[in-house]
Amino acid sequence: MSTTSFGELAIATLENQVDATPQQPRRKIKRGTWQTVIWFIVLIAVTAIVLYPLVWLLFSTFKPNSEFGSNMGLLPNNPTIANYAKVMEGIAGVPMWRFFLNSFIIAAGSVIGVLISSSLAAYAFARIQFKGLSILFAAMIGTLLLPFHVVIIPQYIIFQRLDMIDTFWPLLLPKFLATEAFFVFLLVQFIRQMPRDMDEAARIDGAGHVRIFWSIILPLIKPALITCSIFAFIWAWNDFLGPLLYLTSPENYPLPIALRLYNDQTSVSDYGATVTASFIALLPVLLFFLVFQRFLVDGVATQGLKG
Amino acid sequence: MSTTATRVIVTGEKSSRRSLFRRSRPEQVSRPGQRGRVVRESLAGYGFLIPWLVGFFGLTLIPMAYSLYLSFTKYNIFAPPKWIGLDNYVRMFTNDPAFMQSAQITLIYVLVGTPITLAAALGVAMLLNYRDKGAGFFRSAFYAPSLIGGSVSVAIVWRAMFASDGPVDTALSAIGIDLGGWIGNPALVLPAMILLAIWMFGATMVIFLAGLKQIPKELYEAAEMDGAGPWHRFRAVTLPMLSPVIFFNLLLGLIGAFQVFASAYIISNGTGGPAGMTNFITLYLYKRGFSDGQMGYAAAIAWVLLIVVAVIAFILFRTQRSWVHYAGDNR
Repeated sequence: MSTTSFGELAIATLENQVDATPQQPRRKIKRGTWQTVIWFIVLIAVTAIVLYPLVWLLFSTFKPNSEFGSNMGLLPNNPTIANYAKVMEGIAGVPMWRFFLNSFIIAAGSVIGVLISSSLAAYAFARIQFKGLSILFAAMIGTLLLPFHVVIIPQYIIFQRLDMIDTFWPLLLPKFLATEAFFVFLLVQFIRQMPRDMDEAARIDGAGHVRIFWSIILPLIKPALITCSIFAFIWAWNDFLGPLLYLTSPENYPLPIALRLYNDQTSVSDYGATVTASFIALLPVLLFFLVFQRFLVDGVATQGLKG
Repeated sequence: MSTTATRVIVTGEKSSRRSLFRRSRPEQVSRPGQRGRVVRESLAGYGFLIPWLVGFFGLTLIPMAYSLYLSFTKYNIFAPPKWIGLDNYVRMFTNDPAFMQSAQITLIYVLVGTPITLAAALGVAMLLNYRDKGAGFFRSAFYAPSLIGGSVSVAIVWRAMFASDGPVDTALSAIGIDLGGWIGNPALVLPAMILLAIWMFGATMVIFLAGLKQIPKELYEAAEMDGAGPWHRFRAVTLPMLSPVIFFNLLLGLIGAFQVFASAYIISNGTGGPAGMTNFITLYLYKRGFSDGQMGYAAAIAWVLLIVVAVIAFILFRTQRSWVHYAGDNR
């Protein structure tokens, strides 16, 4: 459901590897100090532009409503926390914590579903030789490139027939059925890197696939599972189209749909609440990013190989 | 040993240099008397795959086939589908200006936004590759937007950024360019959307950066000794060596760009406006299928989208031989 998934997946996989391979000794080049200074200045300028919208959002949450329109600059003239108090009350008769909780249930449920279903499938693709493996693997790769929108109408019909509209099931069930091929693919690649010695030794000792999967492979791929969890959480947290299709009553809304309420109904009169709610919705993702950025950007294979 | 997803994809290691994704190769040939084992392995394989198989057939393959069928029908979820042959497709291309506009702006968004994003990502990646110390911070900072750029929150911020008297308007007015608000202006809302796509360059950039780090330094040294200047080194070393990564980013960037939805929805309040200029194909599909209850027609739109994406992927794969240089080729 995410449009940015591919890039992130690729980073997760490629970066893992780049860090896992011993760094080539980098040639020491003497460069002029002024070149380094220009380098820093250019990059700081780019950073300022790239991060400006986020900084603007943060500062705007402290602007009183009257300032929007007249003061679209960075700093509030009369900082206030009134917006936060108002946002906590919620919208459409539903308190903010409820939206937050809904988002959390959907995101955490997605993580669990992705971890279980994707690791099982990845193990089969990477470690079991069975009839039909190559054609099924090719099919899985095909779904990696498939635009999700081709199936939203039939999926909606299915979930409607199953009487699951306005529940979280249409959002969670696909995760438990490994429909996000990114995660399967990521884990397949990760398992393939793992040496087979341990599983072969275990096989000789009479261990079956369930045992090998549970006691050998799962602990080995923990770093990749963490990466998958983070992405699964963030994508589910940010997902808009899924909840928009399936959730109809406000008490079931996750944050992105609740934000739409602010955006639609009150953007003119209550700009402060809108930006503040937006910021609150981003906060967990930004915190995740700050805490796990090494997992996200730097990758995880290093730790995996060390540990 | 290094076989990561992207490494495999971009360098097409060993036997599979022409295929994007490596298929697993059976490593054990079954010997006579091992039939029992083969059966057991297959049972185990399918056992592990049960969730995926249910999802693949139940939520992807059969739904796709069903949506193909629906695309030849008139269907609102309440009454049974009524077969109307090619009418939906005919209507789309001959009698639906909104679809034609939607297709047009989507193509502009994809074909303009993706190359610019790639160029920006490559440029910044090369800048970061210039020096290791300090680059890590910038890499993380630039990466952050690609994690959140598709969210509703960012779309709301983007609206404010490009509103009349918003930060962008103010900054441009200060240097004498008075464009007014971008979001309400049919001529400028698409550029604002493209800028949002470019803002999310970080993920692509990190992939480029990792690719750049794998180019052997000797190649640059050799080129330098031959008297190649920076531009020539870029053309003769960087671009060819990076072409597999460029191919990968281009393919996934184009496919991803076709699927932009949330930002267009929020920026236009679900209308696709002003003047249909944010009515991207996914938004149009959503409105037809779920607001107007024309599910047959929406299914046809989805299939046209699928075919366009498939054609673009096909063209890229067919042309990659002429411009994508795989490391294995001259080994």
